[in-house]
Order: sequence, then C-alpha cells, then structure tokens
Amino acid sequence: MKPLSLSPAQLRGAEIAFWLALASSFFLLPDKLTLMSQIMIFGLFAVSLDMALGYAGILTVGHAAFFGAGAYAAGLLAKYGWSEPFSGLLFALAVCALLGYVLSYLVVRGADLTRLMITIGVCVLLFELANRLSGITGGTDGLQGVVIAPVLGLFDFDLYGKTAFGYAFGVVLAMFLLVRLVLRSPFGLALRGIHDSRKRMTAIGSPVEARLRMAYAMSAAVAGVAGALLAQTTQFVGIESISFNRSAEVLIILVLGGTGRLYGGLIGAIVYMLVHDWFADMNPQYWMFWLGIFLIAAVMLGRGGIMGALSRVVRTGKAR
Amino acid sequence: MGIVIFDGVAYGMLLFLIGVGLSITMGLMNFVNLAHGSFAMVGGYAASVLMNQWGIGFGLSLVAAFVAAALVGAVLEFVFYRRLYRAHPLDQVLLSIGVVFVSIAAFTYFFGPTMQPFTLPKALEGQVSLLGLEVGRYRLFLIGCGVAVLVALLLGLGKTRYGAMVRAAVDNQRVAGGTGIHVQRLFFLTFSLGCGLAGLGGALSLGMLGLEPSFPLKYLVYFLMVVCVGGAGTVTGPFIAALLVGIVDVAGKYYLPETGAFLIYVFMIVMLLVRPNGIVAKKGLA
Repeated sequence: MKPLSLSPAQLRGAEIAFWLALASSFFLLPDKLTLMSQIMIFGLFAVSLDMALGYAGILTVGHAAFFGAGAYAAGLLAKYGWSEPFSGLLFALAVCALLGYVLSYLVVRGADLTRLMITIGVCVLLFELANRLSGITGGTDGLQGVVIAPVLGLFDFDLYGKTAFGYAFGVVLAMFLLVRLVLRSPFGLALRGIHDSRKRMTAIGSPVEARLRMAYAMSAAVAGVAGALLAQTTQFVGIESISFNRSAEVLIILVLGGTGRLYGGLIGAIVYMLVHDWFADMNPQYWMFWLGIFLIAAVMLGRGGIMGALSRVVRTGKAR
Repeated sequence: MGIVIFDGVAYGMLLFLIGVGLSITMGLMNFVNLAHGSFAMVGGYAASVLMNQWGIGFGLSLVAAFVAAALVGAVLEFVFYRRLYRAHPLDQVLLSIGVVFVSIAAFTYFFGPTMQPFTLPKALEGQVSLLGLEVGRYRLFLIGCGVAVLVALLLGLGKTRYGAMVRAAVDNQRVAGGTGIHVQRLFFLTFSLGCGLAGLGGALSLGMLGLEPSFPLKYLVYFLMVVCVGGAGTVTGPFIAALLVGIVDVAGKYYLPETGAFLIYVFMIVMLLVRPNGIVAKKGLA
C-alpha cells in the first residue's frame, strides 16, 4: 500500500481538527465531561514525560514525583487561602521547575541505570514524605478542603464539570502549544541531536549536560501544571498522584501513544483512559493483567505506539 | 545496639540473596530487569505450596524454589528476554514492568491476595545466645545462607571454567564468540541462575518479609538499591550494599520510627551521588 501523504497545510488542518474534535466533546458527551478533563490532564502529563524521555532521552520512571508535587503545591495554596486558579497553576509550575532543576543535577549525570534508580528513589521518597506529613497533606486520606475560586472570576466550578472541562481544555492547549514551540526551537533541535548522538553534539560544542538539565526542569514544570490542574478541577489531591504506579501508568500512556512524537501522549491518554473507563467494573487485578500483556506485546511487536503505526500509513509533508 | 546490627545484617543477607541474582542479570548482561521480584515470588510460592499442601520439608522446598524460579526464568528468557539484550533500556523496562503486572494479577487469581502462611521448621524456631546476644535462629540461618551463596558465587565465577567464560562473554561478546564460546547459551544459563537465586531468596523471605502477590512491586526499590548502590555486575558490591541497606533500614525504623523509612532513600541517593557506579565498580567480576 502506498503511504498517504499529507502536505504541511493538510497537517495543520489535521491538528486543528484534532483540537476541535476534543473541544466538541463538550457538546457531544455532556455526561462524560469529568472523564474528558482527566483525559486531557493525563495527556498533558504524558507530553511532559515525552519531553524528558522521548526528546531528551532521559530514562525516568519517577515522573509522578512532579505531577504529585504540582498537585500538592496547587492544592495547599488553595486550601490556605489563595484560591485564584491561574496563579495556582503558575505557583505549581514554578515549584516544579525549581524542584526539577535541582533534581536534574542528580538525574542527568550517570548512566541509564543510575537515572532509573534516582528517579524511582526520588518518587518513592516524596511519596513517603507526603504520607508521613499527614498533618499537612492529609496522608492516605488525601488533601481535602481545597476550594478554587471561579475561573476569571466568572465561571464557578460546577458539579457537572463544565467549567473544569473548559478550564482544562484551555490550559492543556496553551501548555501544549508552548511545549511544541520549545521543541521546534533550536533548543528542541539540539535535544533531538543529543538523543541521536551525544558524542556528535559534544563534538560540535553543544553544552549537552546543560541542555538536558534544562529539558528535565521544563518537563518537570509541565508535569507540575498537569498535577495542579487535576488538583484544581477535582478540588482534591490523593496520595496516589505521587506514587510509583502513577509513574508506570504515564509511561504506559506515552508508550501506547508513541514516544518522541508531539501527539503521542495525548493520543495515548485518550485510548488508555477510554479503555480504562470501559473496564471500570473489571476487577483491578484483571486490568493489571491485560495491561501487562499489552506492555509485553507492545515491546515485542509494535514500534512507536499508535502514532508510530499512523506515521507508517500517513507520510507527513515535513522532511524527517 | 548489638541486636539492631544483627537484625540489620540478617535483613541485609536476605536482600543480598535476592539482589545478587539481579546484579548478575542487570550488571553482567546489561538487562534492566525490573521483574526480578516476580522470579523471587515464583520461588516463594513454590516453596510455600510444597510445604503447606504437600508437606515437604523446608530444606527440600528451598531447592525446589530455586529450580522453579530458574525454570520460569529459562522459559521467559527463551521467549522474551533474549530478543531484547541489545534493545534500548526503555524497551527492557517496559517488558519487565509488563511481566510484573501479569505476575501480580496471575498470583492473585490463583492464590488470593492474602499473605502466604508460613510456619518455621522446628530447628529454626526460637533464639540462641551468641556472644552475649539472644539472636533468632532463623536470622542466623539467613546469614549462613547469605555467606554460603557469596562464597559459592565468588568461587564459581572466579575459579571455574564456566565463570571464566561468563567473564569473557561480558567483557567482549564478539571476541568470546570467536573463541568458540556459545554466548547465547551461556547467557541463557546465567539468566536462569540469576532467577534461581531470586527464587531461593523469595522462599527464604517467607519467614521474614512475608509473601503476597504485590511482593515484586513492594520490594522492587530495595532490590534495585542493593544492586545499584553496590555496583551492578559484581558479587561483593551487592553484598556490602545489602548489609549497609539492611542495617540502615532496621536502625532507621528502630531508632526513628517516625522518619525511619526515608533514611534508606536518602542513603541511596547520597551513595549514588558519591559513587554513581556503585561501591564496587565493575571490573570484570568478583
């Protein structure tokens, strides 16, 4: 079969269609708005992981550390009086960017194995911290009493999740465009170069370590925003938002969608969350079983997830 | 103080018994195998079923645990793992997380989510006094097992023909293949050995950590820690690291019950900062 080819203009059209379709679920699926908001939030989280893993090539299995940190940052800020949502997001972004930058000194050095360990270790450490400081975080009961003021002072968060959907959609779209801008900038090209050949980038004088640290911090910041969004739209922070399982889950979402591709995380989140919702009545053990089978099959058979399979069928206009 | 160190050492020995197999697969064969705990669980359940349902003795069950885990490891190596030796670490991580999930679900399905019952054999019950300390016999037994495995591995990998071939294959696969070593078969055997050791450790952990289907995830960080802090691909490295981790963890939980659980992670991060390649950096083996 001859691959279909898309010109840059058609590609742009496809992108716009994707976002319009996402937005139209507001009218088409009015009783699934909460699920749709969560899909977008997890999509953003997966996109953030993609920055670190797919683009910068930093093997991390503890990204929930930042998702959780962002959620607690925004949740605590709102609980203790500052309930304006956008500044809450900015606060979470700043906290996670800082945290990510500090940790990047630990993570970027060393081999894949050490990175794996450090990222798991930090995630578990933060989980324990959240668990122990139950006076502040609520421990295993989660952080309750988070109250978020109306968005822009106009739209109150309602029971049906209408405001939550609109708010999440706007923020996720804006963050996604920002990430896309970064990844298409010379900085993003340098990351791709480092991913392809670290030695070559060092040889042409690219500050490899500094770039990787920056990418890791940015990825942490985006993950923090995703966590903060979840905290604000659900007005609750559960301790599982910082757990190792959450890290594994987002890894699965990203791999399902396709790593190193802009839309991989979003597509992965849509498919994963819909299937999860579908199987919601299923025993969690069965769900785990099928998830495991899927992972094994994905490694053995597929390359590049859903987006990888798509790109084999549809050739895009831009040169690779 | 003395008893804390003793318990820490016994706990560390258990971590060593499970972790050394991981050091072999992960360090020697460069395979990021997060499913190591699943192999330990296979051994643990095999021993538990043999003892509780078939009434077989403790010693024989330990042997059976080793064999069962080695067999399961051999099958998985043949079907999945050998295809990924040269793959990207991410693929290895995903495959092994998949194995963990499947094993947790399967063991819950067949054995239920509760902890496996275990009664110590008569000979290992109670306490014995040693240098003025009243120490548990079972813990003493664990320490004996750990030392025995350490010695056996050091001799086996350092002095035998098999060990020499493994070391050659690890240093340079192509050259080793050129000298007539069947590298694939060697890796197959070595992977099975690593899994068998995990199974032995899993069986021994019945009496100390307890065994339930979530075991592979619950203790994953501990096994990885022992290997990474010690130095992947070595035998003495994980041994030292396991003792340190065991003592730090027990001491932390004993003296600082509120914050003790952190101590171990802080310890790990500091150790990896000071020595990113582990306490004993890999130079061949031993």
